[in-house]
Amino acid sequence: MRVVVDLTRCQGYGQCVFAAPEVFTMHGQEALLYDPDPSDEQRERVLRAKAACPVQAIYVDRLAAHVGGGRSQAYPGAGDGDGFKRSGRVVIVGASLAGLRAAMVLRREGFAGSLTLIGDETHEPYDRPPLSKQVLVGQVPLENTLLPRLADLDAEWLLGQRATGLDVTGKRVHLADGRQIGFDRLLIATGVRARPWPNEAEAALDGVCVLRTIEDATRLRQRLATGAGRVLVIGAGFAGSEVASVCRELDRPVTVAERGPSPLAGALGKVIGAIAGEMQREHGVDLRCGTTVTALEGDAEGRLRAARLSDGSTLEVETAVVALGAVRNVDWLEGAGLAAGVWGVGCDAGCRVFDINGLVTDDIFAAGDIARFPHPVYEYQFLALEHWGNAVAQAEIAAHNMVSDQTRRWAHLSLPVFWSSQFGVNIKSVGVPTFADEVMITQGSVAERRFVAVYGYRGRVTAAVTFDQAMWLEFYQRLIERAAPFPPDFDMVGRPAVMEPVPAEVPQRIGVAQGATVVVTGHDPGERRATLVRPQ
Amino acid sequence: MAETSIFDQILDYSHRPDPYSLYAELRKTPVLRWKDGGYVVSTYREIVALLHDPRISSIRPEDVGGGPPSAEEGLPGLPPAFIRRDPPDHDRLRRLAMRHFGPPHSPGRVEGMRDEVTEIVTDLIDAFEGGNQVDIVDEFAYPLPVTVICRLLGVPREDEPRFRGWAAAFVETLDPRAGEAAERRRTAAHAELGAYLNELADARLRQPSDDLLSGLVTGDGADGRMSREDLLSTAALLLVAGHETTVNLIANGMLTLLRHPDVLDRLRREPDLIDPLIEELLRYEPPVHMSPLRTALADIEIAGTTIPKGAHITLILAAADRDPDRFPDPDRFDPDREDKEHLGFGGGIHYCFGAPLARLETRFALSELVRRLENPRLVTDPPPYRQNPALRGPRHLLIEFDGVVRSPA
Ligand SMILES: Cc1cc2nc3c(=O)[nH]c(=O)nc-3n(C[C@H](O)[C@H](O)[C@H](O)COP(=O)(O)OP(=O)(O)OC[C@H]3O[C@@H](n4cnc5c(N)ncnc54)[C@H](O)[C@@H]3O)c2cc1C
Ligand code: HEM
Ligand code: SF4
Repeated sequence: MRVVVDLTRCQGYGQCVFAAPEVFTMHGQEALLYDPDPSDEQRERVLRAKAACPVQAIYVDRLAAHVGGGRSQAYPGAGDGDGFKRSGRVVIVGASLAGLRAAMVLRREGFAGSLTLIGDETHEPYDRPPLSKQVLVGQVPLENTLLPRLADLDAEWLLGQRATGLDVTGKRVHLADGRQIGFDRLLIATGVRARPWPNEAEAALDGVCVLRTIEDATRLRQRLATGAGRVLVIGAGFAGSEVASVCRELDRPVTVAERGPSPLAGALGKVIGAIAGEMQREHGVDLRCGTTVTALEGDAEGRLRAARLSDGSTLEVETAVVALGAVRNVDWLEGAGLAAGVWGVGCDAGCRVFDINGLVTDDIFAAGDIARFPHPVYEYQFLALEHWGNAVAQAEIAAHNMVSDQTRRWAHLSLPVFWSSQFGVNIKSVGVPTFADEVMITQGSVAERRFVAVYGYRGRVTAAVTFDQAMWLEFYQRLIERAAPFPPDFDMVGRPAVMEPVPAEVPQRIGVAQGATVVVTGHDPGERRATLVRPQ
Repeated sequence: MAETSIFDQILDYSHRPDPYSLYAELRKTPVLRWKDGGYVVSTYREIVALLHDPRISSIRPEDVGGGPPSAEEGLPGLPPAFIRRDPPDHDRLRRLAMRHFGPPHSPGRVEGMRDEVTEIVTDLIDAFEGGNQVDIVDEFAYPLPVTVICRLLGVPREDEPRFRGWAAAFVETLDPRAGEAAERRRTAAHAELGAYLNELADARLRQPSDDLLSGLVTGDGADGRMSREDLLSTAALLLVAGHETTVNLIANGMLTLLRHPDVLDRLRREPDLIDPLIEELLRYEPPVHMSPLRTALADIEIAGTTIPKGAHITLILAAADRDPDRFPDPDRFDPDREDKEHLGFGGGIHYCFGAPLARLETRFALSELVRRLENPRLVTDPPPYRQNPALRGPRHLLIEFDGVVRSPA
């Protein structure tokens, strides 16, 4: 049986652990880890856990589908005057979380036409978050991360097939083997891939790993399970920090080299990042901030042996995990005339993709890690989120809009929610923590690693981050949605002795689109065009 | 005021058998101002919001600032238990108690009581043999959770007549109509129960066994150990909460099944239905109808009303669980309901500590009653109810049956 827990909703009540302790475990006070593919003997207990979960976050043999906001929602049928819903052709490129979720919603909304999923991985769709957590530590076998099989999907699966091009006017997707797949409506859900180590020869050394796919995880798990030497983690974002946490849990010595001032600084800013840094050091991580890796060195057999760091030191390592963020899978869209580039695929809040001139297309949609969309709460700035919950929510919006006429379309307005578990602490965030100038601890205790931090931008609340305090997140979500004033000035339970906002020290937000330049040509309004200047 | 009278009507004993139609009326004013500046909240979204709102305190106003309430009749006063505390104390005490009850340290503890619970249930039903009428409350739904919580805590079952009165004094203060006299009785009962538990704790310190009390007196975790006073308050809370509520779930459950013979039949044929059925029961006929425990720490704007700082707040959990804005066809008892996000155990940081135990007990209790009683039927419908509108349940539940199926053993 296959189990998915919507950890964006989970509040750590632990009722599932009581019911099925062999499937669900609590890591520290609140970080829930689970086996996504428990044996059938566990069925009765898992169903009991599902029934008992106070926020109904557990899905059995189904993909997470909770409709946010707690209100049961009716799904009005689309206007099928054009017959598209009955006999149209939908193609989804990228057969992972967002693609699968969209496929499911399309069918739920009554789409009866042909549905094709194209994915370049050979596996059935699987879930990635466990790869850096329960799978990497060896608690759950790798093959257990497959997402629920959707028996009634009635779709054609083209797995192990790479899309290499898109013909927007001819409405065709080109595959690597030369085939062309026609569509009436297309969903782009090709996500991201791990950013490789920039030096190709060094990257090819045996022992230099990344972590995005099931193959990456297999390789890294193998090295962590067998070796004993020091592991080098390059980059202390969420992925790097989780890998470091797993290394410590396995009692492996680990060095983390981070260019920035602290771990997680890119996502949470320097102030909260510094707390994550203290956590790492408490757990025996050799954390070096403001430090880069200048070279990776191999032996004659091409095996990684050492790493040189910008602080002048040389580390003896056989395993290095490159965790330098992601590259968006837009290569196949080159020349398609869409607003696709290093920043992702630009789309409107209804997931309709922009063409290169910024005009919205009507038959091409995007969702998940690949999408970049404007969020009204954040001054209509374009956000690209690499969050599990965003992929699920946005795919639903995209799928709904694909089968709905103009008047019934939905906007993707849900606030971003993210979680991570590391060093026995469940870190969650709501909103956009980098959209901030100040941050303040409003509840709990930093020393105990149980607290809520609230972020503000120009006097209003824009984000909140909790460390083992997930039950309060909803409250802060509502503050953000209501543009509540920052700093919050009311009395609260668990207020720390000192409540003072400090500068958030978040990175420049503009950074995301670095290197992407557009030139505008033409004079008459009818011939003005924007053209992308690609970085070399 | 016409508006306030609706809640007074709900509290009136005459409406105990069916408060639900009045809840529908009450929900028309999601946030209702009641007497003495108190507020009554009855809609689902608003209650969920307030359960997760850090501007709400569970500390009894008279405990604010001061330490433990002053001694009564020479007995040492005890600090409030964690149900009446706020973070960080609440979280620390709850965590310390959880060490011996559930995850992360003791994830198998409750499931480990399975055999014991089955045995107690079996013995209680065996005792029905030979007759053809039984009071489900006195002969089954009350003795079961009392015996279980006594074993779990390490309190001698024979002492039940002693703590029965103390427990009643606790529960009485949950009635929104309770006055100062009830509060005084509770303080006195708390002290007496504390003195009683203190002796037991001393004994466990000398000779620990595998019960929860032993765990609490001897255990140390990362958060240290509980002070003796906190330990006594915690044990008292568990003892009381451990049976005054579960009794109602079992009794309400049997009553509901007998009113829905089709579901009862199905449960006989499909024993696995019991888990979703219990969750639906917690929504449809919950033991805890209201939580009168909270106070606003700041002005709170909700559903177009401002609850002012300092106001006392009563959450009508049972009204929220019948909110048609949340649950389609809410007055229908439907164990197949996909969506089981009920508030029967509350929510947020005070979410019921004992929920897994209550579920386990009720699972075996109802399954076995249904399996073993031949042709059970209600003698009186509605049954006589307890006074308390907050912990609502039948005082007696008389059932007739043709016979009892022998237990396999
Ligand atoms: C190790 C790890 C840990 C994570 N942990 C968390 C976490 O704790 N919390 C959280 O919120 N999020 C986490 N995430 C992020 C989360 O997994 C992603 O947000 C989610 O997978 C996004 O889904 P997606 O479908 O948009 O993209 P992806 O999962 O990236 O899927 C895109 C798919 O498209 C395929 N594809 C790409 N190009 C082509 C092409 N040209 N033709 C055909 N197919 C193509 C890819 O191979 C891939 O299968 C984690 C991610 C990783 C890798
Ligand atoms: C069906 C049975 C039960 C029901 C319906 C029930 C219901 C509830 C509810 C609604 C609350 C929240 C109160 C509030 O927030 O105001 C609560 C809290 C609590 N319950 Fe239960 N309960 C049941 C059984 C038990 C049992 C068996 C135990 C003990 C073993 C128990 C121990 C507690 C404790 C300790 C709290 C306080 C939690 C805290 O403040 O953190 N309950 N219960
Ligand atoms: S919220 Fe649900 S999924 Fe999360 S720990 Fe609790 S029971 Fe498990």
